[in-house]
Amino acid sequence: MRSNPSHYELTTPATLEAVLDILASDLGPYTPIAGGTELMVALGAGRLATRKLVSINHLQELRFIATTPETLTLGSGTTFTDLRKDPVIATDFSLLSQAASWTGSIANQNRGTLGGNIVNASPAADSLPALLAYEAELTLVSARATRTIPYAGFHLGYKKTILRPDELLHSITLKRDFREYAHYARKVGTRNAQAISKVAIAALARLKDGLIQDIRIGAASLRDRPIRLTATERVLQNQPITRETIAAARAALTSETQPIDDIRSTAKYRAAVAANLLEEFLHQLKP
Amino acid sequence: MPDLLQTVGFSPIRKEGAAKVLGQAKYVDDLSFPGMWFGATVRSSIARGRIVSITFDPAIPWDEFVIVTAADIPGQNTIVHLTHDHRCLASDRVNHPDEPILLLAHPDRAVLPAAVAGVHITYKELPGVFTIEESEAPNAPAIWSPAPADHQHSTQKNTFKTYLMESGDTSNLDHIFATADYIVEGEYRTGAQEQLYIENNGVIAEYSATDGVTVHGSLQCPYYLVHALELVFNLPEEKCRVIQTETGGAFGGKEDFPSVIGSHAALLAMKSGHPVKICYDRAEDMAGTTKRHPSRSRHRTAVSKDGKILAGEIDFALDGGAYATLTPVVLSRGTIHAPGPYHWPALRVRAKAMATNLPPHGAFRGFGAPQSIFATERHMNKIAKVVGLSPEELRRRNLLGIGDHTATGQLITDTVNMQHLLTRALDESSYHAKRAEFARTNPSSPIKRGMGFATFFHGAGFTGSGERRLNSLVHIELTPEGRPQILVSATEFGQGTNTILCQVAAETLHLPYEDVLIAQPDTSHVPNSGPTVASRTAMIVGKLVERASQSLRNTLSPYLPSTSETSTTPYTPAEFRSAALAYLAEHGTLVASARYEAPGDILWDDESYRGAAYPAYAWAVYVAEVAVDTTTYSATCTDFYALQEVGKVLHPVLAKGQIEGGVAQGIGYALYEKCVWQKGHMANNQMTNYIMPTSADLPPIRVAFEEIPSVHGPFGAKGIGELPMDGPAPAILNAIEDATGIAFTEIPLLPEDIFERMTSTPESGSEDLEPTNAGPYFSETTA
Amino acid sequence: MTQITLTINGETKTIEAPPMKRLLDLIREDLHLTGTKEGCGEGECGSCSVLMNGELVNSCLVPALQANGARICTIEGISTKGRLHPIQQCFLERGGAQCGICTPGMILATHHLLEKYPQPTLLQIQEGLAGNLCRCTGYTRIFDAVQQAILKTQQPTNN
Repeated sequence: MRSNPSHYELTTPATLEAVLDILASDLGPYTPIAGGTELMVALGAGRLATRKLVSINHLQELRFIATTPETLTLGSGTTFTDLRKDPVIATDFSLLSQAASWTGSIANQNRGTLGGNIVNASPAADSLPALLAYEAELTLVSARATRTIPYAGFHLGYKKTILRPDELLHSITLKRDFREYAHYARKVGTRNAQAISKVAIAALARLKDGLIQDIRIGAASLRDRPIRLTATERVLQNQPITRETIAAARAALTSETQPIDDIRSTAKYRAAVAANLLEEFLHQLKP
Repeated sequence: MPDLLQTVGFSPIRKEGAAKVLGQAKYVDDLSFPGMWFGATVRSSIARGRIVSITFDPAIPWDEFVIVTAADIPGQNTIVHLTHDHRCLASDRVNHPDEPILLLAHPDRAVLPAAVAGVHITYKELPGVFTIEESEAPNAPAIWSPAPADHQHSTQKNTFKTYLMESGDTSNLDHIFATADYIVEGEYRTGAQEQLYIENNGVIAEYSATDGVTVHGSLQCPYYLVHALELVFNLPEEKCRVIQTETGGAFGGKEDFPSVIGSHAALLAMKSGHPVKICYDRAEDMAGTTKRHPSRSRHRTAVSKDGKILAGEIDFALDGGAYATLTPVVLSRGTIHAPGPYHWPALRVRAKAMATNLPPHGAFRGFGAPQSIFATERHMNKIAKVVGLSPEELRRRNLLGIGDHTATGQLITDTVNMQHLLTRALDESSYHAKRAEFARTNPSSPIKRGMGFATFFHGAGFTGSGERRLNSLVHIELTPEGRPQILVSATEFGQGTNTILCQVAAETLHLPYEDVLIAQPDTSHVPNSGPTVASRTAMIVGKLVERASQSLRNTLSPYLPSTSETSTTPYTPAEFRSAALAYLAEHGTLVASARYEAPGDILWDDESYRGAAYPAYAWAVYVAEVAVDTTTYSATCTDFYALQEVGKVLHPVLAKGQIEGGVAQGIGYALYEKCVWQKGHMANNQMTNYIMPTSADLPPIRVAFEEIPSVHGPFGAKGIGELPMDGPAPAILNAIEDATGIAFTEIPLLPEDIFERMTSTPESGSEDLEPTNAGPYFSETTA
Repeated sequence: MTQITLTINGETKTIEAPPMKRLLDLIREDLHLTGTKEGCGEGECGSCSVLMNGELVNSCLVPALQANGARICTIEGISTKGRLHPIQQCFLERGGAQCGICTPGMILATHHLLEKYPQPTLLQIQEGLAGNLCRCTGYTRIFDAVQQAILKTQQPTNN
């Protein structure tokens, strides 16, 4: 324990409205804390810079899973355990339930939230490639306004997002459009459980008459933020799955990613394995 | 029907087990003393340099703190292990990152991290050396200049210790190599490994001007700390008291290191006048405490075309880190185990331990043997490949048998049969059937499977004349209630010391296991029965407990019912208790003792490095099955079979637990656990980034024993604690070679390493069989 | 400092503590229940596992104030009147505890697992305990203890 907890302030306003008021007030800035699986690690390591925190963990307004025939909306306070237990996610959004099962341990899945994962914005986050592949929309709320944005535009750089200091991520909406798609998710981590990813891919594709009609590929640990591999997708669009297509897709993937060397892996390894995973998916797609 | 009092060979409940599963067992951080303060350590931020200035951040109320520097040390500024090179606190210069410089204490634990950060130290940085190669380079900076007089090779730069071990006709080595059918060379490397006990190092120290120093702590060897405190405080042994608290894992990591943290807390206690607790957090423990020594082995072997080893040269080098700690002994065990269980007509082993500017490396289960055995067992597979024999057949033609001599000239008298162990292990692991299956399935699968094994032995007890020098003593006393209580400095840290020693005493005394007690190791009460290391507790201390129990029984015999020699139940527990109480009523107390007596035929010559290196060896064949995923380049151990001959198994559940746990650490050593060094500092000093196997990463570990009673241990037991660390890494890399055709020579072997080799070899699978250049030999020869 | 009221092992307690104090430290220092251990302080090893409103959590990652109003069960609350819970009994008999430092967390994780899956497969056991690191056992004796506990907890009780 390398911090002194008495130097930190934590408040627990009773309602979402009260939380937004605090975030909007000039007493801040305040950092929202949900399950604490990231911020409490920072506190323990002595690197939690913010001194004022507002708890949102108890807000039932943020912990819900709402389904309509067309959409699935997840409150940002939905835990990974909630995601794994939900039957609609299991059938319609299997990439997301798989990613939830990769995230930390059972104890961390019980506390960690999807919203926290998004806002924390780690390039290695397990659940974010799936949200990119599903083209999620985010609803951001503040005391002043509510806005809905495509998730694809949320991340600006390494741990940088468009979220304003007075805003809170309210919910994540996915369209239930993917029953016809083949799903592929694979994480390559440092070990089988409780691992930070070296590289991860979450992808969807639909074939028609032997051609790739639509493909969406989300990836982790290949750039400074979670990314959608749009150039690779373009190369694959309307193509048959041949050796040439695969080679072109591998080349496109390499050109649009910038993995790094760090204490967990090497850039070369990440790039090669990401291409291998993509190739594995494409082979599985073959009619 | 078995004798109801029979306990050896059965699995009674672990003595301290109920307290552990209830959460009632008290580890050091669970203890709080009245008026207790907390301590913290200010450490160097560079690897090597001179300390220029130390300043204190004015924002911190320093008058609330107690600050200890080297100047406060009443005795010698040294942590004694084998030499006196290791300073208790750095004063003028630092030799490794995270080296302790200054100690702080305060009543409030929470304010210490900011205070540590508020001590600003400036340095004149000097170039450091971080690998064996950098340290031995002719132009390397001399870490020790001048070298301390008690470095055994103070004349040779950066060298802690060397050994030369020769066996057979070494005068003829050149001729044998010149005329051999094959010469096989290879170089093998192993990395540092963190013990990663789940309870970090921690102690509480007390000081009084009249009674001296008392340290309570998580530790393996109470008397090691006593001797360290004697020097730091310039106090006699009786004023340095050490009490072991419940210890949450150790694996060697609490053998030498408690002398450091224990001395630190005691200095703070002396200066503050309060009991002081220091418990490291995980990051500090990983960055600042000892690891397994990294190693490099170079083999050069002369072999006949029918696969007989004719001669060998082995160069074995360890990275000792910045101070010697136990390095010379680790080097010794690694040297003696380097030849493996094979017959060498002529062999020369040159070994050396080099200094680097890494934190000192220290004891870790296996103690040098996992390093040298890894190399030898990989090299045996290479020889087999060169000669064109199977790994099995190559070994069969060279394994030691009864009546043979080990490389130190020790006659094998154990009735062990390695040929039989090998047959049984390969059979029960379905080695041949699986290899045949994988040969069919691998070509069309992205997952390449393979089988590999290692044959090895591990000596139990201290090396050579070590046990004679230890001269261990064991007592058994009667409590006022008439119950026998074992008094030993052998400690429990999960491996089962409490339980097996009580079993031995109970069986010897014809008492129920539950009736025997074992005292908490407190040096004011228990004698020095040696350190809890080196696979010696069951065999050496166990034998002393057996003898002390016999002595106790003899003393009580006039008070016990007389029975015939053949009776299996000479007296009832109630009769024993009556006899004990009658004796106590008459004499007040009863303490029976036994002191180590070296067996007459166990002789060792430290000068020539010849003789009986260990009283007994455990013998083993371990078989690993692996799967290498060519999509992710990751290797996984998918099945593991461990067969060993360890003498009588005292407690089957504990013994299996020891083997399984050691195998798990061995799998981690081979495939997961990497210390990432950045200028000597461990950069991945968190559990998140130092990867040990979870419950989802390990294969089924199947354990089998052969039991041939040894005369050296109680009821025929030998040591097993370290053995399981030796075999997994070479067995796994042998299996990976079987799966992929690639002969990896270095651990840890991570997916990134497999990737590099698989993608750089044009035809993965075609191995260059030309003997490689083994590089320069050591220039020094010495004994 | 904030007032925190929680139910710990069935007893309601009110404590003054900094709101960002770790629940782990609150349990160990303020409630003097030292069966909950710290191994890593970053939610990786599971030694500090407790049940919070019936869910397994790492108490080193829970701010004390977030436990306000919660039901907490620690290792001390698993046994009843000094009688071992069947899970504890099985860990004891099957060699599931060696050094014992991971044992409280491992037993709570097992408890949580068996609540969720009364008859877990080996894979479910491996996943359910993967957040609790053990350096001594290689996990084999622990799996054995859990499988034995499944049999024991399935047996009908007398009441």
